[in-house]
Amino acid sequence: MPDRHEKTKSPYTADRDYPGAFEGETVTRRRLVTGGGQALGVIAAASFALPALGFALGPVFERGKATWEAVGSPDDFIAESYIPKVITTTRRVGEVGKTTVYMRKHEPSVDGELKDSYDEYVAISTRCMHLGCPVRYIEASQRFVCPCHGGVYDFTGRVVGGPPVRPLDRFYTRVRAGLVEVGPRYSVNSELKRYSPRDPGEPLDGIGPYLYPPRFSTPELPS
Amino acid sequence: MSPRLPAPPIPDQLKSAPQRAGEGDGKKSALDHGVEAGVSAVDWIDERTSLSGGLRWMMFRKVPKGTNWFYTLGSATMFAFLSQAVTGVFLAMYYTPSATQAYESTRYITNEAFLGEFVRGMHKWGSTVMVILIFVHMGRTFFFGAYKYPRELNWVIGVVLLVLTMTMSFTGYLLPFDQRSYWATIVGVNINGTGPIVGPYLSDFLRAGPEFGATTLSRFYAIHMLLVPGAIAALMGAHLYLVARLGTTAPPWIKAETSDELATDEV
Repeated sequence: MPDRHEKTKSPYTADRDYPGAFEGETVTRRRLVTGGGQALGVIAAASFALPALGFALGPVFERGKATWEAVGSPDDFIAESYIPKVITTTRRVGEVGKTTVYMRKHEPSVDGELKDSYDEYVAISTRCMHLGCPVRYIEASQRFVCPCHGGVYDFTGRVVGGPPVRPLDRFYTRVRAGLVEVGPRYSVNSELKRYSPRDPGEPLDGIGPYLYPPRFSTPELPS
Repeated sequence: MSPRLPAPPIPDQLKSAPQRAGEGDGKKSALDHGVEAGVSAVDWIDERTSLSGGLRWMMFRKVPKGTNWFYTLGSATMFAFLSQAVTGVFLAMYYTPSATQAYESTRYITNEAFLGEFVRGMHKWGSTVMVILIFVHMGRTFFFGAYKYPRELNWVIGVVLLVLTMTMSFTGYLLPFDQRSYWATIVGVNINGTGPIVGPYLSDFLRAGPEFGATTLSRFYAIHMLLVPGAIAALMGAHLYLVARLGTTAPPWIKAETSDELATDEV
């Protein structure tokens, strides 16, 4: 077998008899200009394509600010049943940005011990954890019921029937200047352990939190 | 005189007989002059663009024996798309993609603008027609085996076109911005979000944030009327090019004709 390297041409253009070749030159002027022209084309295309892409993808990485909204005085709420309150989750979109939360006082016999100071009032989100339709609280059966696909939740928001994959989301609450305030949303697994807010349809038991990782857009949690 | 391309295969019955010697008075009528002017205008364009060659290549193709009405489903889908494009452009003249004005502008189109209800109805019902046609066209392709070699790439392009059509349906559904649109979009975005790992980020991308917000509607509007229609038009061109390049398939019940001689030889 002949040595393959025997046939390899010299890397120097001068050895390959290019007219006007420089001493030690390895890239012909034609290749340099062709490559340079293509590189310029790529730079020109990237200079408008990349900012446009970043512009479209920006909101995925944009971190919102946690907002607190006063909904009433501590006397408005009881521990045995839910009081509906309307809060604004998104600004500048009119009625669309508002949502109902069901609120009651923390009840140790139902909810266990207080987790922290944000737990004195329970604020249940009306967003169904199947696909996001609005649930409503039925006083007679002490259940939350979703009109879309028949999801049913018990008094604490745990799933008792239908397709939802985890208990209803909650909101952090606190008392400031004698008023109960509702803060950012958080999600819970079936043991009511807190997680950063996830969209509906994303289970948080088992490998759920790994399949559906926290998002960059989550507002900073109160510490 | 410039060289002429071969004439399209027009059946003899449709060709007009040439004027015989001695017939007529030798003078050209106004109609003759008109026809001549039209022919020379077309010739003027063709001499500078050579479009007729491409047009002939596209339009006068040989089709296999057994070609039937099922072969028109692709064109039907294309015309449904063209209808959507035209009605969509005119709806955009009245529509406002803002969370506070979208519903009102849709109401104006439906109840007050002249022919608004008709154009919006065309667009709304036409979208369903397009989705039905694209699926029937896909079924025809599948059951006739028309996706097989050498047409696999055209099947792939067709599947992308199907996905883009569904994207159009999804993004267009939000635009009237009534209760049904709003909640259907919430549900649709959340279905997207159930995809493992990428799902949550895809939802954020579609909503432009963690919650349905001020820019969600304008984002859907831009995807619906700029991004996807452009992609559909481009891919439709590629789809049609491949159809003309590769030709259509015979229906599966048409057998190739072989001479008896050859058949016995093979046995």
